[in-house]
Amino acid sequence: MIGAIAMLFRRETTLALRVGGGAMMGAVFFLTIVAIMPFAVGPDLNLLQRIGPAILWVGALLATLIGLDRLFQADHEDGSLDLLTMTELPLAVIVAVKAAAHWVTTGLPLVIAAPLLGLMLNVEPAALGAVALTLAAGTPALTFIGTIGAALTVALRRGGLLVPILILPLTVPVLIFGVSATNAAVTGPMAVSTPLTILAGLTLLSVVLAPIAAAAALRLAFD
Amino acid sequence: MLEFANPTRFMALSRSVLPWLWAAAAGVLAIGLVLAFRAPADYQQGLTVLIMYIHVPSAWLAMMCYAVIATSSVGTLVWRHPLADVSARAAAPIGACFTFLALVTGSLWGKPMWGTWWVWDARLTSVLLLFLMYLGLIALWRAFDDPARAARPVAILALVGFVNIPIIKFSVDWWNTLHQPASVFRFDGPTIDPSMLWPLMVMAVAFTLLFLAIHVAAMRNEILRRRVRAMRVKAASTLVPAE
Repeated sequence: MIGAIAMLFRRETTLALRVGGGAMMGAVFFLTIVAIMPFAVGPDLNLLQRIGPAILWVGALLATLIGLDRLFQADHEDGSLDLLTMTELPLAVIVAVKAAAHWVTTGLPLVIAAPLLGLMLNVEPAALGAVALTLAAGTPALTFIGTIGAALTVALRRGGLLVPILILPLTVPVLIFGVSATNAAVTGPMAVSTPLTILAGLTLLSVVLAPIAAAAALRLAFD
Repeated sequence: MLEFANPTRFMALSRSVLPWLWAAAAGVLAIGLVLAFRAPADYQQGLTVLIMYIHVPSAWLAMMCYAVIATSSVGTLVWRHPLADVSARAAAPIGACFTFLALVTGSLWGKPMWGTWWVWDARLTSVLLLFLMYLGLIALWRAFDDPARAARPVAILALVGFVNIPIIKFSVDWWNTLHQPASVFRFDGPTIDPSMLWPLMVMAVAFTLLFLAIHVAAMRNEILRRRVRAMRVKAASTLVPAE
């Protein structure tokens, strides 16, 4: 079973990293969002410093949703999803492995890029680490919640815009605690550990529950 | 439960019940409005307090509609009850309307009281997110060509949303608070004066009856719409090409 999981993980990451995979697309989208924000709010470095962590979090949230609609759709179209469901692995585990691989190829680059982009937004050095830490703790939750939307829209031709509409309201708690933890690390009187542990709890909860819901939704695609 | 599983029997039963439901809703609504207008004006808010008699029942109904959808979704997923999907689908636009009504009346009430149309306060924000979730459900329903195929995916989404509502509520409360806390359902009794509480309760009953009447009527429409669709598909498949 471990071997099958490792094989599936390697397949997913390889497919994402090769040409046509679109692994770096999320990171480039993240860079673009952060780059256009100063044009909207003005080049005032003090203002950017204050709202920098929020920009980084919103950018990461949107960038995580990019490419989610193809997570199961590509496998559904070429038939490999049918083969995957016929293995002895439970469908929820398959979903979890695919989500984990998707996070490693799209979420992890965001975590690594965030401190760099934070420098451009004049975010304090202390906050750079905090942003990276909270993104590392929170983006897996975004990816795993996103798998539910990806699974629900797998058989739809125009699922692309539907996934963010369905998923964004559900990601509000992650955003709230991610930004609070970052702000607590920089300014707040509150200890960082309070929002950070709640954020980690949300991530663990979604890692356990979201694959079950996504697997239930995927089974419907075979009816 | 099972004897109502047959849509034909539901149509016959609802045909006889529906006029009584409409009459009860209209009657209680009339009594509630008279009571509300005869209730004393608030010493601070004046006559704007009348908005409360629309706003508070709408907000309650907004949450109740989601509970109806979630319950129906369990019926769809567990028992594949044929009417459960019809019930959920009929309840979603009604719930979205009540949520919208709660937001609009709250905004109209907020302007004279708080001096602003909208504040990013915890309760307003969580109701706004509830509204977005209703729109998401409706959008997913409309994305499927075949309404029968949409039933179970939407049921899964409704239940995922239902699990998330307490988490969203908790985190938004944690985030910010200005709206007054709950003043009717409390462990130490309501803090609202009985002269206003009674009209409010009658209005809540009236809104619930109104919801039931609209819901049953919408379910009948949905069943008829599906029959028309089935007949059209059948007619199209047996169409004889013209000579």
